[in-house]
This record gives sequence, structure tokens and C-alpha cells, in this order.
Amino acid sequence: MSETLELRWHGRGGQGTVTAAKVLADTCLSGGRHVQAFPEYGPERAGAPLRAYNRISSKELRMHCPVLSPNLIAVVDATLIDSVNISEGAKEDSLFVINTTKDPGEIREKLSASPKQKVFTVDATKIALECFGRALPNSPMLGAVCKVTGIVSLDHLLDDIRKSFGKKFSQKIIDGNIEATKRGYEEVKEG
Amino acid sequence: MTQVVAVTGNEAVANALRQINPDVCGIYPITPQTDMMQRFASYVSDGKVDTEAILVESEHSSMSACIGAAAAGGRVVTATSSQGLALMWEMLHIASGDRLPIIMPVVNRALSAPLNIHGDHSDAMGARDTGWIQLWSENGQEAYDNTIQAFRIGEHMDIRLPVMICLDGFIISHSIERIEYLEDAEVQNFVGPYKNFLPLLDLDKPKSYGPLILPDLYHEYKKAQHEVMAKVTDVVLDVAKDFEKMSGRSYGLFETYKLDDADIAIVILNSAAGTTKDVIDEFRAKGVKAGLLKPRLFRPFPYRKIADALQHTKAVCVMDRADSFGGYGPLFMEIVSALYHAKDKPLLMNKIYGLGGRDYLPEHAETVFSELIELANGSPLKNVKEYLGARE
Repeated sequence: MSETLELRWHGRGGQGTVTAAKVLADTCLSGGRHVQAFPEYGPERAGAPLRAYNRISSKELRMHCPVLSPNLIAVVDATLIDSVNISEGAKEDSLFVINTTKDPGEIREKLSASPKQKVFTVDATKIALECFGRALPNSPMLGAVCKVTGIVSLDHLLDDIRKSFGKKFSQKIIDGNIEATKRGYEEVKEG
Repeated sequence: MTQVVAVTGNEAVANALRQINPDVCGIYPITPQTDMMQRFASYVSDGKVDTEAILVESEHSSMSACIGAAAAGGRVVTATSSQGLALMWEMLHIASGDRLPIIMPVVNRALSAPLNIHGDHSDAMGARDTGWIQLWSENGQEAYDNTIQAFRIGEHMDIRLPVMICLDGFIISHSIERIEYLEDAEVQNFVGPYKNFLPLLDLDKPKSYGPLILPDLYHEYKKAQHEVMAKVTDVVLDVAKDFEKMSGRSYGLFETYKLDDADIAIVILNSAAGTTKDVIDEFRAKGVKAGLLKPRLFRPFPYRKIADALQHTKAVCVMDRADSFGGYGPLFMEIVSALYHAKDKPLLMNKIYGLGGRDYLPEHAETVFSELIELANGSPLKNVKEYLGARE
């Protein structure tokens, strides 16, 4: 991993994408790291495409503008692949983590990924539905992003989710999200 | 022990206000500040502060309530943005003219029309001449630190003036960053108990605020306001020294980055300064002596010290995230004034950037530095003022 990890999230309003970026920033604070998490603010409505960003670095983060060439692109809603250019600004060795039922090879082809780019898929919506009965794929996506970057350990991430969800949600929802995060971590596949 | 957190700029400033626990807070929502006062209102409801929250029907009323509460003898805060600050305009002059140390974070946002909720500096620059002290902040940490220091500055017995703490709307107010919080007790100890000065509620000594003053003395009254501003810079530096002892973080009247030996430099406020510093490192790696000056104290403006810091450079671009239509950008006008009396001075240009939240990207800083190199090498200056990155 380079000194600074830059992420771009693509999702739709109401899927918890911005929350995922926030939880990732929070969990990466450990070890004296510097973090940023910020969404792109437009007209905010459920279902509308949105972007959110993370920067994680051992150095002070001074840049205050959107991430232009991300190390990792996380797509929380696979239908966005057809409507927005999710590869915009990608590096030659960028990682892609896509929430889809399709297998990584098929997505790889669809994105015309270059040889050094790695494409991962995870059926995060299915995991979310099975774990807590709602199509909120952000927690399995977080698990998958943690796995492919190795930025924090799974245990650390789960502790942090317990902490940040604990303020707002019932134990049942927290347990469901913990399970979903674990499964996202375990079930993400490379193509 | 400091606590390291990942929070938004709004959250950090709201927490500073909680730690200070003011007597009165005027509350009215406006994007992108809303979330700050909403958080503070929760602290009031949850009993985390003893503050009396006054929920008003407009920003004009909010500032009016703050003026009344401060004249009565309380430590008073509010916060606003954009149209809210514009609506307060006449009351801002009354707060400073009555010498009331009200503390107000301003989450910078563009002004209508056309309607725009995003970050630029038009609001606070429009309040430049209202007699308030202005501190500007690059990131959430600086906004938090400036808020705490503002109380010591404004409430200083030699000063007694209101203070605005400016931070960029959305870019800082809504971005999560790593921030170090001081302990509540440290902050309270640093700020100290509120010292009253001629409170209206001292009923044994009746007094009047803001009476009619005719031409026989109004002129002298305004001169006194000017003279007290001259004392502010020393107080800002003293407070910064104490703050550094407590926090380890140092502040001045302005920050310089690789400026001492620079041939070319950018002068820029707030969050765009950080992006510029990263680009300076790129240019330094290529052997270009680029530097930066970021004002922190904009009112009073430290003309002489800024001139001293810039006069050795060959060419400087002053970047404004606000405009004076038909004039130059507000920061540019100050820098030109500062350098006019300097013996040596750089060539100067003015770029207007990032209005209405238009992103300020590294490529913009790169463009400016490339132009500065040409200017320093003798190319003629085409236009003093230009819009940067505008679509044709």
C-alpha cells in the first residue's frame, strides 16, 4: 500500500454509503493515522447516485478536495456501472470492490480492467438481507474493503461498528450488521 | 490527555462550545452551519451545558438576543452562515460598537442570488468592516482551536470585542477529519471564568448601552474602536503562546509554508491552503522555490508583518474565494495595501477561485505557480485580476 490510501465510494442515496465512509475513517484512526471522510453534496434524495471519499494516511492530510485518482473504488450499487463512469481517474493498479450477484470475471470484463487492476465482488445486498432483513449493503461492503486492503483487522472493524452503531440501533440490528460485516470480509471474491 | 477523534468541523466546534459552557446561545438554523447549532441544542437538552438556548425566528433576532444577553453580563455565543450573516449585518455593528465580546463561528457559504449552499468567503468578507475580529481556519482542528482561543481574545479586558471564527462550509464543516480534543477541564481552565465589564444587570449601577452620540463625540468613539483593534494582534499572540503550552499546537497572526527562501508564493485563506501546500512540495521537488502565506487574523489585518514576510519574493498570487465586483478581491486589496510601503516588493496578481463551492484542485495551484514562474522571469502581466478555472 502506498503511504496514502484514497478511496472513492459510489452508491445511491439511502444505502448507507456515507455511513460506510465515516465508519471506515473512524476505524482507521488507530495507530496514529490521519483520516478523512466526506461525501459529495448534491441534491440529496433516496436512489440518486452519490459519491463519498476517504483518505487514510500515516502523514497529515492537507488536501481538501475530492479524491481524483483513487487506490480503491467501492461500488455499493452495481446498477451504477451502467450509468456513471466508475473507473474515472483509476490508477493502473487500482482495486475495485463491487456489490453484485455476478462473478468477478464478468465484472472485470465489463469494466475492461487493465492487467494490474484487481476486481473483487461480493453479494453484499444478499448478505444484508439474510443477516438483518434490509437491503443496506454498507456493512458487508466495509468488511470486503477491509479484507482487500488489509487496512485494519476484522476484529478492530467489528469493535468499531459495535461502538458507532451502538449509539443509534438495537442489539438485534447491531448483531445483524456484525454478522454481515464478517460475511462480507469472508465472501469477497477476486476475479 | 488529548482525545483523538474522527469528527466533522461542525462537530468539533460544537464540542469546543460545550467545553466552554457559555451562559447564552442564540440559535437559528442555516446550511451549512445548522448541524453545529443542532448539536449544541442537544447538549442543552441533555443537560451537558448550563447554557440558556434562545431559539429565535431569524438571524437578526439571534444577534439581537446575543447583544442583549452580552450587555446584561453573560458569556454569549451563536453561529451562522451566508444569508444568516447578511441578515445580521446591522446588528453586527451594534455588537462591536457596544464592545460586546460575542463569539460566533461562521461556516463560510456563498451568498444569493443565485441560491447556492456551498462554501465560499463572500459572507465573512462582507462582514469585514463590521468591527469584529476575524480568525480564519484551514481545517477542523484549527476551527476547534480558534474557537477556544477566541474567548480569551475577545473577552480580554483591553479588547472587549466580538470575534468571528471562519471555517469553510461543507469542505470543513461536513468533512470528517482526525482532530485532537483537549480535556474539558483544560479548556475551562484556559478560557477561565467570564469577567464582566459594565453589566446591565448590575442594578446598583445603572448604565446605558448604545445611546445617541451626535457629531461632537461620534468621531472620537469610532477612533477608539480603531485604537482598540491595534491592541488585538499582541493579545492574539499572547493567547496563542498560552495555547501552545497547553496543546503543543502553535498559532500566529498568519502561517507561512516554505516562504522564507521562496521566489514565488500564493496567499490564500482556509481549506485551500492545505491543497496548496501539497502542490508546493511538488514544485520544491522540481527545484522551484514556491511558498505560501495563509492569513489567520484577517481583522485586524497585520499589514506590516505580512509585508515583511512577503517582500523578498519576486511574484505573488493572492487568491480570493470572494469577489468585489468591479474591484479586486478583498484579500488582494489587503496584500497590495500591505506591500505598498515595503522597500522591495513582489509583482502581484489576483485570482478569484472556488466561488459557490467550485472545487479547488491541485491542478489549479499548479496553473498559478506556473504563471508565477513566468511572471518572475519577466513575462508581462496580462490582467491583474482573473477568474481561475472558469468554464468558457
